[in-house]
Amino acid sequence: MAEEKNVEKLYKISSNPHVRSKVTTSSIMLMVIIGLMPATGFGIFNFGIRAVFVVATCVASAVLTEFLSNLIFKKKQTIADLSAVVTGLLLALNLPVTIPLWMAALGSFFAIFVVKMLFGGIGQNFMNPALAARCFLLISFPTAMTAFETDAFTGATPLAALKAGEEINIQNMIIGKTAGTIGETSMISIVIGACFLILVGVIDLRVPASYLISFVVFIMIFGGHGADPGYIAAHLSGGGLMLGAFFMATDYTTRPITKWGQIFYGIFLGLLTGVFRLFGPGAEGVSYAIIIGNLIVPLIEKVTAPVPFGYTRKAFKAQQKGVK
Amino acid sequence: MPRFTFSGGVHPFEGKELSKDKPITELKAGKVLVYPLSQHIGAPAVPVVEKGDRVLRGQKIAEAGGFVSAPVFSAVSGTVTAIEPRRVVTGDMVNSIIIENDGLDEEVNYNALMDWNLSTSEEIINAVKDAGIVGMGGAGFPTHVKLSPKDPSNISYVIANCAECEPYLTSDYRRMLEEPEKVVGGMKILLRLFDNAHGIIAIEENKPDCIALLKKLTHEDKRITVKGVYTKYPQGAERMLISATTGRKINSTMLPADAGCIVDNVDTLVAIYNAVVYGKPLMERIVTVTGDAVADPRNFKIPIGISYQEILDADGGFKTKPEKIICGGPMMGFSMFDLNAPSTKTSTALLAFTKDEVSASEPTACIKCGRCVDVCPGRVMPSHLADCAEHSDMEGFVKGGGMECCECGCCSFICPAKRPLTQSIKSMRKIELANRRKK
Repeated sequence: MAEEKNVEKLYKISSNPHVRSKVTTSSIMLMVIIGLMPATGFGIFNFGIRAVFVVATCVASAVLTEFLSNLIFKKKQTIADLSAVVTGLLLALNLPVTIPLWMAALGSFFAIFVVKMLFGGIGQNFMNPALAARCFLLISFPTAMTAFETDAFTGATPLAALKAGEEINIQNMIIGKTAGTIGETSMISIVIGACFLILVGVIDLRVPASYLISFVVFIMIFGGHGADPGYIAAHLSGGGLMLGAFFMATDYTTRPITKWGQIFYGIFLGLLTGVFRLFGPGAEGVSYAIIIGNLIVPLIEKVTAPVPFGYTRKAFKAQQKGVK
Repeated sequence: MPRFTFSGGVHPFEGKELSKDKPITELKAGKVLVYPLSQHIGAPAVPVVEKGDRVLRGQKIAEAGGFVSAPVFSAVSGTVTAIEPRRVVTGDMVNSIIIENDGLDEEVNYNALMDWNLSTSEEIINAVKDAGIVGMGGAGFPTHVKLSPKDPSNISYVIANCAECEPYLTSDYRRMLEEPEKVVGGMKILLRLFDNAHGIIAIEENKPDCIALLKKLTHEDKRITVKGVYTKYPQGAERMLISATTGRKINSTMLPADAGCIVDNVDTLVAIYNAVVYGKPLMERIVTVTGDAVADPRNFKIPIGISYQEILDADGGFKTKPEKIICGGPMMGFSMFDLNAPSTKTSTALLAFTKDEVSASEPTACIKCGRCVDVCPGRVMPSHLADCAEHSDMEGFVKGGGMECCECGCCSFICPAKRPLTQSIKSMRKIELANRRKK
C-alpha cells in the first residue's frame, strides 16, 4: 500500500455528536453582562460617579478573589468564563451608592470565596453568590447597607414610604428616579436588559413570569388594596423585585433545571416575597425570598423530574420496580 | 395549522446545500470488496462460500445466522480471496468475506415474484428476508422482523421515514427526487401486507419539492398521505416520528408495532421494491459524500462492500486536509481514524470536516443551565445522568431514565460547557445492557 499508517496521518475520533452549538459558558455570561448594562448605566446616571467606583470595586475584587482561590486550591484558572464579573456586577447593583468601598470588596470576597469557590466553583454553589453576599452585608452592616440618602435623594425608598402609608410618585418609580440600590431603581432599564436576554435565548419567562404573577396575586389578596393598579405598580417597580425576578431568580446554577420545577420555584418566590414585604418587619423581601428559594431547589428538582418519553408517571415507576 | 413535531430537539447547521442538487452518480466497484458479516442488528451472518470460490454479482455469500439476522450478497463477480477479520467503521474487527473483482459483472438470474398483488404476505416477507434487507437509515434492524408483528391486522400505520433530519445528508432526498415511484411502490407493497393500515410518507419541511412530488404521485391513492413534518433534529428518530405523525408515544422497551406502527426508511422502501418486483437482493445504496474538506460534494450509488477510500477517490479527494472523517451524519455517525474501511448496508454518508469542533472545545463544569433538559427528546435529564455516569451510580442512572436515551446527541450538541453528555450516557447504557444480558 502506498499510504503507510502513522499517527500524524490518522484523523481525529470522538463519540457522537461531532458538531457543537456555538453557545459557550462565557458567551452566556457576556450576554448577561450586556443585559445588565442598561440598569448599570441608569444607576450611574441616577447616582453619579461614585456608582462607577462601587461597580468597579465589586467586579475587580470578585475576579481577583476567583483568581486567587484558583491559585490557592491549585485549580485550573476559570476567570475567563466571566461568571465572576457577573457576580461582582450583580452585587454592585444591589448595594447603595454610599457604601464604603471596603465593604463592597468584602461582599465580593464573601460571594466568590465563601459561597462559590468553597463549594467547588462555578455551577456548584447552592445559593446565588451575589444575593448571599448582599444578605451577609445587610446583617453585618445594617446602617451602611440601608443608607439610601444621597445629595439627589432624601428620605426613604419608595417601598418603605409605601409601607409607611406615604404618598409615592409612580412615574418616577418606573423610570427609576428614586432612592434605592444602584441597579434596582429603574424598572424600564431592567426590563430592556431582560428583553435582550430573552431574545438571545439566555433566559426564558418561566421563572420571572411565574414569580411576578404569583406575587401580584398574593398582594392583591393580602395587600389590603385589592386590584388597585397604582399599588400593584408601586410594588412591582419598587425594591429589588424586577432585578431579582429577571437577573437573580433566573441564575442557572441556583434555580431548578426542570421546566415545571422552574414554574413552581417562581411561584414559591412570589409568595415568599409577598409574605416578607407585607408581613415582615422591613419593606424589602426579594433577596431573602430568593436565597431561601435556592435552598429548596434540589427538592423541587426531585419532585418535578420529567417523565421519560412514552411513559405515564405511574407506568415509569412500575417499570423501574420491575427492573429491580 | 398545527405542526407535526415532538417536544425538544435542536437546530444544527444543515449544510445540505453542498450536495442536495447533485444527481446520483453510479460508482463502479474497485478491485477488492470487503463484506463484514455483521452489517445489521442481531446474529452475524454465516458464510456459505469458501476461499477460492467464484461468486457472481447478486450471489448470496453469507446466510442469516438466525431469525434476527440477514444474509449478505456480493455486488460483483469474482473470487473469494479470504474470510478474515477486518476493521469496520466502528473500529471493531469483524469477520469479513473478501472478494476480488474480476470486472466481468456476471450476474445471477433473479427470481422475481410473479405479481406481488397476488402473492401471500408470507411470500412477500420471505422475498424481503431473502434479499438481506435491513433498516438502511443507520440502525440496520432486519426488515423482515419488523414486517412480522404478532398480529398484522393491528397495524394501523405504515410510516415511510423520509425526514432525513441529520445535517448534511442528502441521499434520501436524491432518492425521493429521482426514484419516487419506487418509494411509493415500496409503500404500496407494505400496505398490501397490512390490510388495516394507512400509509404516511413523512418528509421534513425543508424538502418542499419532495413533498410536492410525492403528493402528486399519491393523490389518487386514498391509503397514502404525504405529511410535511417540522424541520428539527431528531425528527427522523423512530419514536419521535411516530409521535409527530400519529400522536402515539412508545417508550424504549416497546417496538413500533406495539403502537400499531411500522416505520421504514426511504432507501429501505426502495430495497423492498427491488426485492419484491425484480427479485434483486440488497447490494447497492446511496451515499452522500460531503463536508467542507471535500473537493466536490455529491451523492453516489455505490456497490456495497467498496472502501471509503475508493468512494472518496471517485469524488476527487480532499480540497483541504480534513481533521475529522465521519461515517454517517454529524449527530449520530461514527468518526473514523482512516478511510480504509468497507461500506456496508447502513452507510449513509462520508463527511470530511476541516475543523473538528469536538477536540476544539474543552469540557468545563456544568452551570446547570438546563438546556440539555429542554432539548432532550427522550425527556430525561442528561446532566443528571452524566453525573451518575461520573460516579458510576448505575442505580441512579436507571432510575433517572437513562435507558430511555436514544443517543441522538442533542444534549452534547447544545451544552454550553461542552460536556460530552451523550458519550457518558452511551457508555453507561452499554454497561447496563451487558449486565442485563449476563443475568
